[in-house]
Amino acid sequence: MIAETEAILGEIRTALPDATVTLLKNPGPAAQHSLLIGNDDLLRVAGFLREALAFDLLSNITGVDWPDAKKADAIAIHEGEGMPSEIGYLETVYHLFSTTRRIGPLILRARTTDRDQQVQIPSLVSLFRSAEFQEREIFDLYGIQFTGHPDLRRILMWDEFVDHPMRKDYVAPDDYEYEPTPHDAVLEKARKHYPSLKDE
Amino acid sequence: MEAQPNTPATSPPDKPARWVMPGLGLFQGLAVTGKNMVQSFYKKERMTTVQYPEERAPISPNFRNFPFLVYDNDPKAGLRCTACSICEKECPPQCIYIVLERDENGKSLKRPKVFDIDLSVCMNCGICAEVCPFDSIYMDGEYELSTDDRFGGLLFGLDRLSKSAEYHMKLRPEQASEVMARRKADEEKKAAAAAAKIAKAKADAEAKKAAAEEKGGEQ
Amino acid sequence: MVSAPSTYSSAPILEGSDADQLLRVSLGPQHPSTHGVFRMNVVLDGETVVSLKPVFGYLHRNHEKIAEGVTYLSSMPYTDRLDYICPLSNNWAYASAVEKLAGIEVPERAEYMRVILAELTRLINHTAFMGFILGDMGAWGSALMYAFRERELILDLFEDLTGARMMANFMRFGGCRNDLPAGWAEKCSVLVDDYGPFLDEMEKFLVGNEILLARCQDVGQLPKETLINGGITGPMLRAAGVNYDIRKADPYGIYERFSFRIPLGDKGDCYDRIMIRFLEMRESLKILRQALDQLPDGDYVNPKIKIRNFKPPVGEAYARIEGPKGELGFHLISDGTVNPYRYRVRPPSFINLTLLEDMCLGLDLADVVIILGSIDIVLGEVDR
Repeated sequence: MIAETEAILGEIRTALPDATVTLLKNPGPAAQHSLLIGNDDLLRVAGFLREALAFDLLSNITGVDWPDAKKADAIAIHEGEGMPSEIGYLETVYHLFSTTRRIGPLILRARTTDRDQQVQIPSLVSLFRSAEFQEREIFDLYGIQFTGHPDLRRILMWDEFVDHPMRKDYVAPDDYEYEPTPHDAVLEKARKHYPSLKDE
Repeated sequence: MEAQPNTPATSPPDKPARWVMPGLGLFQGLAVTGKNMVQSFYKKERMTTVQYPEERAPISPNFRNFPFLVYDNDPKAGLRCTACSICEKECPPQCIYIVLERDENGKSLKRPKVFDIDLSVCMNCGICAEVCPFDSIYMDGEYELSTDDRFGGLLFGLDRLSKSAEYHMKLRPEQASEVMARRKADEEKKAAAAAAKIAKAKADAEAKKAAAEEKGGEQ
Repeated sequence: MVSAPSTYSSAPILEGSDADQLLRVSLGPQHPSTHGVFRMNVVLDGETVVSLKPVFGYLHRNHEKIAEGVTYLSSMPYTDRLDYICPLSNNWAYASAVEKLAGIEVPERAEYMRVILAELTRLINHTAFMGFILGDMGAWGSALMYAFRERELILDLFEDLTGARMMANFMRFGGCRNDLPAGWAEKCSVLVDDYGPFLDEMEKFLVGNEILLARCQDVGQLPKETLINGGITGPMLRAAGVNYDIRKADPYGIYERFSFRIPLGDKGDCYDRIMIRFLEMRESLKILRQALDQLPDGDYVNPKIKIRNFKPPVGEAYARIEGPKGELGFHLISDGTVNPYRYRVRPPSFINLTLLEDMCLGLDLADVVIILGSIDIVLGEVDR
């Protein structure tokens, strides 16, 4: 796996010498290594991969929340120059396949600067239509702003919803309908929300 | 057909030409429907319904529904559950609730004071039975559990969950007899170990006594 | 052409001047042809679709968040409930992702069992599909009943093996939960033999039907390149003639050992999508026959894997299988604890809907129902 990923990295570096691309190593037995792409170069690199290397199927996009950047570095190991970010960030992981060359997955990663203000990542919809709903889903659940997305709305949650439920620090609401349950934790939450139930 | 890895088997669906003879396809379909209808009166494999509740379809011996707790002999003292809470932790929808029983000094009695399963939450996955190291919780085959009390009626406590080892034996003979044999072997081993321990303690005491006597004799 | 309205009301609304009145219809969420709680906001010019925006989330339960809070094993029964027509395929996809993540070997017999179960699941899915698509065309009743009658026989097999008709929770990391009961393989073998005649009957019932031809042919085609670009996978993609089946393209399990062919369509219209599924079922029967004949003895689960306190090493893995609806993938990130740090499902039904609007534009409202039916979605997976 590492040789294949390195070969693709080499091709990207030859074709796009000024693009920031870093190899991240996966320490697990799966050995699915990934390429971290700078946000400014994401569209260029993805376009190159689609046109020149025939990675025509963007199969999956995963959003990940890393409140603790050190944790991310343990899972996708950063080697060489350019130290990884110190503060937490949001990340998207792309799994690309080639239907003609029948290779893959080629894993790309893109990261936001932080988790609150600078949460932009360029949208890949202009290159891959399959990103359309998946990016909407990540926007909905993680709050990543995909710049250039034609229709960035909430998709699974309703439009009036305010928070991003897949973030690690998301606090679930406790205003559900009161039901007697055997679980004290649930009962306590329900009682806190409906003080009139305290005596029951 | 030969195995041809990664080569396409281009077998485009052989399509009937559109409107070969208008109505022919419809007629064919109708013939199939007619055949099915007529056969449903006398052919066993076409008669698929049974008149529940008068008639019941046989249930697979492997069928699982909701969990139950097994006890040997006595419903309270014989309960195999030790309130270790492994099932509570592993339960995917978190429908199990356990409180450990303690004596007045706060020492664990290794049995549950409360063991509740909320059947309205339980998703019948059987993971509790799978992870239990004490052969205590198994999946029941009982399925007629409807009740008009939405909350209390579906919250099963120890009284409704505990079922005897004989019930388990009747429900799943293969599994139960295997468990019984294993438990019996374990018990025998334990008893043997305990007997050996007692014998050893006795021998030690005697040796000590003898040594003391010897010592006393010397003095 | 109107742009998609930002807020939707459920009542049909007329827009524009009298000359070019557009009708905005909310199709669903409680509509029998939407296969569950799925809604499409359709803008119509007469009968013609001008705009179609799918609305998701009515069945959203944040499956991925739930999985982050429970152990690896505890997510297994939740995967049954993603695509509840084919739980065993979902089980396999998830199990293989964890196996990749932790580097677990699967014994030979378990691999064969998995293939058998996955192909039976494909039969179930495609058979049920035949019933549903006919229901969408207005033939509510016979076709669905015939399909469900045969499906029930396979579900009986599943019940004998896993203890549940649908919510199997059967695959484990490194194998399956229990071994095949005595006589199961023989029963399955009989079923495989009997399935061919049923397919013949079903084909006779449907294929030449003039109403089906009129309503399905030349409806909902898109160019191959657009389909690949839109992430469409599974029978939908192959109906358009793209030779991409993960069982061949990126073989997993032991699929390399079986001889079977990948049926391809040429046009990619709804009719091809129906026919492709018939042909796929016949190929599945071939695989089943070979797998049942070759079924070896041995362990059904890797005995080294502990069931309690299972902790895969730090890392990540993406594994995918060719589910009956398309590429079903699981992306797992482990931080070395008992719970996954990130658990992502790549749902084929959801991503196959990406191009729904493109397929429907310019067609009649009645065609929308057929196209949606031919995509074959299950809302448990779309909304997760």
